[in-house]
Amino acid sequence: MPQSHIMPGFRPALGFTLFYLALIVLIPLSAMLLKTLQLNLDQFCDILTSRRVLTSFQVSFGAALIAAAIAAVLGSVIAWCLVRYPFPGKKIFDALIDLPFALPTAVAGIVLATIYEPKGWIGKWVMEAIGVQIAYKPLGIVFALIFIGLPFVVRTIEPVLQEFDSAMEEAAASLGANRWQAFIEIILPNILPAAITGFALAFARGVGEYGSVIFIAGNMPYVSEIVPLLIITKLEQYDYAGATAIGLIMLVLSFVLLLLINGLQWWMRRRNGQL
Amino acid sequence: MSAMNPSFSHRAKPLTLNDSAWVRHTLVVISLLTIGLFLILPLATVLIAAFAKGWSTYAASLSEPDALAAMRLTLLTAAITVPLTTVFGVSASWAIARFEFRGKNLLITLIDLPFSVSPVIAGLIYVLIFGAQGWIGPWLSDHDIKIIFAVPGIVLATLFVTFPFVARELIPLMQEIGHEEEEAALSLGASGWQTFFKITVPNIKWGLLYGVLLCNARAMGEFGAVSVVSGHIRGLTNTLPLHVEVSYNEYDFVGAFASASLLAGLAVVTLVVKTFLEWKQKQDLKAARQAAE
Amino acid sequence: MSITLHKISKQFGTFKALDNINLEIPEGELVALLGPSGCGKTTLLRIIAGLEQADQGDVFLKGDNVTDQPVKNRQIGFVFQHYALFRHMTVFDNIAFGLRVKPRKQRPSEAQIRDKVHSLLQLVQLDWLHDRFPDQLSGGQRQRIALARALAVEPSVLLLDEPFGALDASVRKDLRLWLRHLHHELNVTSIFVTHDQEEAMEVSSQIVVLNHGKIEQKGTPSEIYDQPKSDFVSRFIGQTNVFHIEDDDHGWLKSTGIIVDDPKGIVAHVRPHNISVEKTADPANSPVYLKDWQHLGGTIRLELQRNGNHSPATTIYAEMPNEQFKELALQKGEHVTLRIKHAHWFN
Repeated sequence: MPQSHIMPGFRPALGFTLFYLALIVLIPLSAMLLKTLQLNLDQFCDILTSRRVLTSFQVSFGAALIAAAIAAVLGSVIAWCLVRYPFPGKKIFDALIDLPFALPTAVAGIVLATIYEPKGWIGKWVMEAIGVQIAYKPLGIVFALIFIGLPFVVRTIEPVLQEFDSAMEEAAASLGANRWQAFIEIILPNILPAAITGFALAFARGVGEYGSVIFIAGNMPYVSEIVPLLIITKLEQYDYAGATAIGLIMLVLSFVLLLLINGLQWWMRRRNGQL
Repeated sequence: MSAMNPSFSHRAKPLTLNDSAWVRHTLVVISLLTIGLFLILPLATVLIAAFAKGWSTYAASLSEPDALAAMRLTLLTAAITVPLTTVFGVSASWAIARFEFRGKNLLITLIDLPFSVSPVIAGLIYVLIFGAQGWIGPWLSDHDIKIIFAVPGIVLATLFVTFPFVARELIPLMQEIGHEEEEAALSLGASGWQTFFKITVPNIKWGLLYGVLLCNARAMGEFGAVSVVSGHIRGLTNTLPLHVEVSYNEYDFVGAFASASLLAGLAVVTLVVKTFLEWKQKQDLKAARQAAE
Repeated sequence: MSITLHKISKQFGTFKALDNINLEIPEGELVALLGPSGCGKTTLLRIIAGLEQADQGDVFLKGDNVTDQPVKNRQIGFVFQHYALFRHMTVFDNIAFGLRVKPRKQRPSEAQIRDKVHSLLQLVQLDWLHDRFPDQLSGGQRQRIALARALAVEPSVLLLDEPFGALDASVRKDLRLWLRHLHHELNVTSIFVTHDQEEAMEVSSQIVVLNHGKIEQKGTPSEIYDQPKSDFVSRFIGQTNVFHIEDDDHGWLKSTGIIVDDPKGIVAHVRPHNISVEKTADPANSPVYLKDWQHLGGTIRLELQRNGNHSPATTIYAEMPNEQFKELALQKGEHVTLRIKHAHWFN
């Protein structure tokens, strides 16, 4: 259907949208770009190749990658159960999935630290049982990021599973496939794009996450210091150039991840026949 | 016709019984353990830690001046940012869902951008503009205007992080609803504003409330971006989440968790209302599809 | 003239939806815009309404040039294909909408609005539904409410976009007649868009046939049917048999009564009822035999097969009254003689 041209308000609506977008998002972001341009290439490289910066990138990306992978697996299982199996309290559990979206990250941070610290409820138990410390170690970061990433995965896979035409499974069964074959051949290829998209969303969020991580991370330079914290540290030391250079890299990465995720979602829609 | 239409009846439950019992039980146990360890336990911990030393300590730490100032600032920030983000969201979705123009997809991507930017960057960019060493920092200090380490900086950072919340909900919703009813209103002689308030708003109200709700939760709960621009001045530039951090770092655990319990309460209310709104919106869309049959 | 269109053109990207349309519609007509999907008929209707802007050309309503007027100032009533009833309002509020959004000075009082709405509901015979919501109505009821809503503002022109398109076949039949009677009663100039030639013939007083953004022909239903001006119109309106005199067997065509010595064109279109079928005295020399037949109520449609050496076997359709068919007592496979009573010629 051709879009109607007689709707009123196009100019004011688009005008305000662009004005507000420029004011709040585009101008501030380009200010950062301009600030970086004041550095010459050597300075820029020096900042980024210092060992502290490099290890913080390693910590952030490593933890986000591991956490997103674990969240992808656990999230898929949860989405599967929520869609496919009846069990008591399902509605409440389903609503709870969004808690990490709704709970302020600072609250999540102090709570996770309290539970998983060596003297905390779970932390103590894990420490005694297998001798592993969770909080104040890189492992703590992974735990916080699993918390943050979980709803992204569940909420991406859930609608795909709901829309999934179970007649395909019945067809597979009628053609002699057993349950495992039906899962591998029929279900998995259909939910894989969603799972990958959920993973990418969780990863993108995890790399930039600050509030829920800093309380549990221990924040040891060279060990458990994440990139966002390093930016703040540099700012507090009035090292604006350093903070900006690192910030720019993070920004570029978010851009790339955003495009990647948009691409994935396009792929997903196409796979589901919506395009 | 609508009531009899079979295409909207619920599909038969999918094949739950095809999976063997042990598979089902194992998967459900994994799910419940994950939900328990990562979601329920933290929620419970907030309450337990907040009331660790009893009601009176809880009440006392919430009524201390710094805590009250933090609550006021949080409410003020939300009161400024939520309406602005809402107006932006409505006008952006009107432009995007009702008109064709070049660069529309780019615009949608740019609106989504603040979602994928680290909150710390959201704070940093404003420091680079308004901070002491920023672009217009010297000019601001000459004229005695404080943005960074003051309330305007907090509002700006919150505006950035909540930027897409309303637009994101409304754009797909308005696209799905279509514009026939609005055209009908115009053909019956309604003005643009009459059409908007009498037809568009009633049709999108649940989605709009949904976006406002999530926007409000983020505005009140934002930590990273606000942390960069606030300066953590007790009683002046601490929002509730920052107050939680300060108290926690000063080993005032009851104080930290008391404030945290308020924010957790906000989160729970948000989830409950959100579930309700999702249900309402689903009903509305179902009715809409039937009406278009 | 109630509606005058002057050199209307409209393009979507590279697609020419309307190409230089000129049209005059007198007061009180009930006009069908008929054509296949994508012919531009809905676009034309929306341009008349002011829901779409033409790239070029002018629209006159009652002599006034309204080309630059927005839809709200044109005094039109528009019935949307999917009705576009306001789903959050009752039937009553839907119909009252156009009255309630009038500027305060022109707005009737609530009591007047109530009277008006109820009289409209009586007109569409649905007064008992006034407090229902649109999703509680059947398709046919929604259609009539949408019509009542459009009539509430007393439009000088009523425009209907595929008014019966979304309805079940049985409901559609009833509503067609009802619309025709309603038009007689109200006598408001009306245009409706349809792709169904039968519907256009049955309901309208004038038909405008559109194809590829151009008007093929305009006329009364009988003019369109009996004197199609183009190959397209002839094929689109009703069933037709097509004979190419260059490809077909001259001798045979001559034997059926079509004049080929001095033809008026190279293609002859023959309506099924213009072919008469008779028993043949000389079966060996007749290439046409009866393959099958179908009852169409009062008439019988005969499927005739012709095996010629010049062209591949083609099916010819003929129609005759039931009684006549019984008298002939034809058998399947029986050879017959054809007589073509009337043909339309095209080049």
